[in-house]
Amino acid sequence: MMGISRRGFLKVAGLSALMAALGKSGFELLRPGQVEASIPVTKGKRWAMAIDMRKVTPEIIEECKKSCHHYHNVPEFDNPKVEIKWIWGEEFEHAFPDQQHEYVSDLIKSLEFPLLCNHCSNPPCCRVCPTGATWQREDGIVMMDWHRCIGCRFCMAGCPYGSRSFNWGDPRKAPKELNPGFPTNPEFPTREVGVVEKCTFCNERIAKGQLPVCVEKANEMKKDSFIFGDLADPDSDIRKALRKHYSIRRKTELGTHPNIYYIIA
Amino acid sequence: MLDRALKGSSRYWGWLIFLLILMGIGFVLWLYQFKVGLKITGMSRDVSWGFYIAQFTYLVGVAASGVMVVLPYYLHDYKKFGRLTVLGEFMAIAAVLMCLLFIMVDLGRLPRLVNVIMYPHPRSILFWDMIVLNGYLLLNILVGWNALAAERKGVHYRTWVKVLAYISIPWAFSIHTVTAFLYAGLPGRHFWLTAIMAPRFLASAFCSGPAILLLICFIIRKLTKFDPGKEQMRTLGGIIAYAFILNIFFFLMELFTSFYSQIPAHMDSLVYLFRGLDGYGRLAPWMWTFVFFSVVALVMLIVPYTRRKEDTLAVAAACVVIATWIDKGLGLIIGGFVPNPFEKVFEYWPTVPEVMISVGVWATGFFVLTVLFKIAISIKEEVAA
Repeated sequence: MMGISRRGFLKVAGLSALMAALGKSGFELLRPGQVEASIPVTKGKRWAMAIDMRKVTPEIIEECKKSCHHYHNVPEFDNPKVEIKWIWGEEFEHAFPDQQHEYVSDLIKSLEFPLLCNHCSNPPCCRVCPTGATWQREDGIVMMDWHRCIGCRFCMAGCPYGSRSFNWGDPRKAPKELNPGFPTNPEFPTREVGVVEKCTFCNERIAKGQLPVCVEKANEMKKDSFIFGDLADPDSDIRKALRKHYSIRRKTELGTHPNIYYIIA
Repeated sequence: MLDRALKGSSRYWGWLIFLLILMGIGFVLWLYQFKVGLKITGMSRDVSWGFYIAQFTYLVGVAASGVMVVLPYYLHDYKKFGRLTVLGEFMAIAAVLMCLLFIMVDLGRLPRLVNVIMYPHPRSILFWDMIVLNGYLLLNILVGWNALAAERKGVHYRTWVKVLAYISIPWAFSIHTVTAFLYAGLPGRHFWLTAIMAPRFLASAFCSGPAILLLICFIIRKLTKFDPGKEQMRTLGGIIAYAFILNIFFFLMELFTSFYSQIPAHMDSLVYLFRGLDGYGRLAPWMWTFVFFSVVALVMLIVPYTRRKEDTLAVAAACVVIATWIDKGLGLIIGGFVPNPFEKVFEYWPTVPEVMISVGVWATGFFVLTVLFKIAISIKEEVAA
């Protein structure tokens, strides 16, 4: 028979497909984050948060943490080794270790900064995840699929902000005395042992046009202390606030482009 | 050929039963870990990888080092290493198996491991590590087994075996390079964010693996009729010497960059490891042990007299194994997580169950290694007879 046999054709076709796949992978490997970074902020939504440090108090952070963890069924362990936290307070020197110096003003020193997932525009956690269990949505939210996560914890090594927690034990078996009525929100799923979790920017509330739980709580206690909005919209409250005030972000030198802004003055 | 593994002395069976007991203890503890979660380990929110991943890293090096006996034989036609190539390949098989087991015991949800294949993400280095490690395992099984089968029949191995052996050479470099990339590409982990990570990994691999092989050669010569060869073992000593000197040289380069630049983030982990930070210094005694054994090994490997004399070479090889294990199987991974992203120190120490599960994995590796070496040596004895 002349020409190429069926077997030969399949071999060549298979090999070419493999080469193409490897080539594409190689490109993705060398230029990680390019796809995400190329989404223009003017097109589509990019959710972000500005936290006005002139208004935030440790009490507000404590209440935010309580309502967030209550809403998302985050159990309390009272043990830093296995704790799970989506939002919490940290002093300036630990929130911004690269900005810390001996003569930081008393005011800044007295503050507690609310920390949560930065929903980075160029998130290393999504880059390193081997299964795509953590990925970035088109609107910028860094999401988690708790049913796909294999618990390798590569994302925890990849996150420079310590925003991720692992379920070292079964969260449903967390100490009863510390977690009365757990799960506290039957509408929200509980997690299994052995998966990573973190803040989701309350994606399911945003979909319904509601604000994230922490934003709602903080603004109840002090108006405009947490400003949530779309960076893609030049007329959004967050863009207005950022235009007007001086703000800082955590570890910007790493190129992750965090989307939590802290208004200082 | 497998039947050779079923005939052995009482010492052989006793050793296998001893390993089986360790494997059993490890397995039962692993079942417990599988049930209640990784909270039974010393790992924490801050130090999220520990002993398991550190052993994995060390053993990738041991696996890669098989190339140090394969390369001279296949590429430089150094015929004398023909006696050792199968041993190098079989050691690589056992080491890769241990690597895969250490990854598996470290996973939070092992049954979902298949997700790495079902939802492949080529941007994750872990995806590539899976490919290179499994590929290397397959290559070594094919080459080692078929070369040994040819040796038994007294014929030359087939051309395709030689082709695979050639492929396995760059492949060995790839497994440890990719493993270094797991760590060296993470923003914010300054201790690991160094371009010399992969070369350093390879250097430490190419001394620790051959050192283990050399120690096994001494045992083989004592217990069996097969002689790995005086010159072969001396050549291994030379390889270990060069690679260990490079390894220490690369480590000193890390010290220079960190401490001459005086960038705190680059110094902190090293300070924690060797002196302690904020009053926490659990690893310092270990790191100074590493320094001690490194200096002893360096001297004994550089001085020609102690390198050529067999009993001193054996001591030097043991020092190399201890030093590289502390460096890579303890300090490198834990040091990367201390201090944490908030510049706080949260210390890690493995728990008893964690260590026993690791011992179980090591025992599994030594079980496979013993059986494979038993087959290889029985055949070599038959051929020689």
